[in-house]
Amino acid sequence: MLPLDAPPKKPGRKLPFSPWHLFLMPMAAIMLLPLVWMVVVSLETAQQAHSYPPVLIPSSLHFSNYPAAWNTLPFGDFFVNSAIYALTTVAGNLLFCSLAAYAFARMRFAGKNMLFVVFLATLMVPYQVLLIPTFLIVKRLGMVDSVGGLIAPNLCSAFGVFMLRQFFRTLPIELEEAARIDGTSRLGILFKIVLPLSLPALATLGIIQFMWSWNDFLWPLIIIDSTNHAPVQLGLSMLQGAHSTEWNLLMAGTVMSQIPMLVIFLFAQRWFIRSIAFTGINQ
Amino acid sequence: MTARAERSRAVRLERPPVWRRILWSEHLAGWAFVMPAFILIAIFALIPIGWSLILSLQNNNLLSPGHYIGLANYKALAKDPQFRSAVGHSLVYTVLFVPISVAGALGLAVALNRKIRGIRFYRLAVFVPLVTSTVATGIVFLWLLDPTFGLVNYILHALGLPQQQFLQDPNEALYCIVAMTVWSWLGFDVIIYLAALQGIPEELLEASEIDGASKWTTFRSVVVPLLGPATLFLVVWSTINALQLFDEIYVTTRGGPLGSTTVIVYYLYEQAFQFFNGGYGAAVAYVLFLGILVVTLMQLWIGRRRVYYSS
Repeated sequence: MLPLDAPPKKPGRKLPFSPWHLFLMPMAAIMLLPLVWMVVVSLETAQQAHSYPPVLIPSSLHFSNYPAAWNTLPFGDFFVNSAIYALTTVAGNLLFCSLAAYAFARMRFAGKNMLFVVFLATLMVPYQVLLIPTFLIVKRLGMVDSVGGLIAPNLCSAFGVFMLRQFFRTLPIELEEAARIDGTSRLGILFKIVLPLSLPALATLGIIQFMWSWNDFLWPLIIIDSTNHAPVQLGLSMLQGAHSTEWNLLMAGTVMSQIPMLVIFLFAQRWFIRSIAFTGINQ
Repeated sequence: MTARAERSRAVRLERPPVWRRILWSEHLAGWAFVMPAFILIAIFALIPIGWSLILSLQNNNLLSPGHYIGLANYKALAKDPQFRSAVGHSLVYTVLFVPISVAGALGLAVALNRKIRGIRFYRLAVFVPLVTSTVATGIVFLWLLDPTFGLVNYILHALGLPQQQFLQDPNEALYCIVAMTVWSWLGFDVIIYLAALQGIPEELLEASEIDGASKWTTFRSVVVPLLGPATLFLVVWSTINALQLFDEIYVTTRGGPLGSTTVIVYYLYEQAFQFFNGGYGAAVAYVLFLGILVVTLMQLWIGRRRVYYSS
């Protein structure tokens, strides 16, 4: 900067810290308050939870709410169902979307462009339009009230095909051509060359799908009737129905239901953020 | 020996038969690669899209086959006062949620886009609600906003402000839903803005500073225009999501009190899966689809004239 043009420094004391803290500190407090309160109430007795003024800092921690909540509803089943739901749909999306995306990105076949446009067009249709017929289809397939019925409609997304195709097209084609000359099959090229180069895109798709499946609520609400087949979010809503007056138990259940996702997030924070930023840039 | 080798080479040079050429060409391979995805998308997206349209022209209770009634469902919807109020609630919600969350995220992202002590903690605090599920968010806010025992009323009391009924007051409930969903979605918008902010070349900001622009002027005339594409994306994306609001309503108010938070998708759910008016529900879904399409196209049209794309 030119010294002549430099604005004169205002006299006065400088804060010993950045003034942004004055804005960020209360914001962080507001964002964290609901979650902190959730944990606090989950450790209170029923009496403490239902008192006014609220008990802000309980004198003793009442951990027994957790086993109590765990035992009122089959939380173990909820977690297993959610894990199956999330992991199977992640695997399905990674496999089926990669195959289709590679064909759309690199291969020449009759009807390719038309098919791609059809795939894209389905992206414009909101989920709710599909809801009622998908329910009827799953019913015909005899998969109502089963984890299979949860999974089947979510095994492959047009979004994933589109995203991976865009990514595959940015990869240098020379490597693939060299491999083809060496006689590697298309499938071999996809699995040995393209996919290893596409780990960031695959991770993004996997994380987005995992989050979607783990937190999905509307579809399980419609398709699942029995408690044993419910994934975590639906199970939590069932717990809400069963314990609408015992908030300390309900909060303990809520905390439990959020722990797996929270742990994954804390460990893979960078990947989460990159994935979300990626969806924004891609649109 | 040599003669045989000669012959086989000749055979190889011949044009292979049609079936073999098709087999070797990429047409089959291409379709084979696409087929699993195509089958899944056909069964769970293409067929439902068409079926939904047919359903919307039927009187269908989802249990027995329906019968064709033409546009009767759509005509009934146009006159249905409950549907109209559901549309009204969705619009009020969207008009509040989108600007508040996008503008709020812009401010937060600017604040978070600097290297000061504790920045990782601040960012974490803003991002964590994003991984909290909608059901958990609903349950926690239900308790925070409880009129009798809730922490928020306690804080209001401590500040000398009047007590509120929040989600139990028909005049307040929808605004509480706005606040709750802004809390849970803000992190998404902040991440998008942070990524966009980090893409702004340093030279532009320096140039603006050398020209003597104040920080505020730089922000308004350099930073905000450069964030245009991100803003357009967030406005479109948030609007689409806002018009599809469901989970939080189901968990907190079930459309109440007195129907004051019955939004479009909640109404659809009630009609289709509680009253088993499948045809009517499908018609609601198609009206929603059309509405989202029109609003999105309008936003993109306005956006294209006003947003500056640097590359």
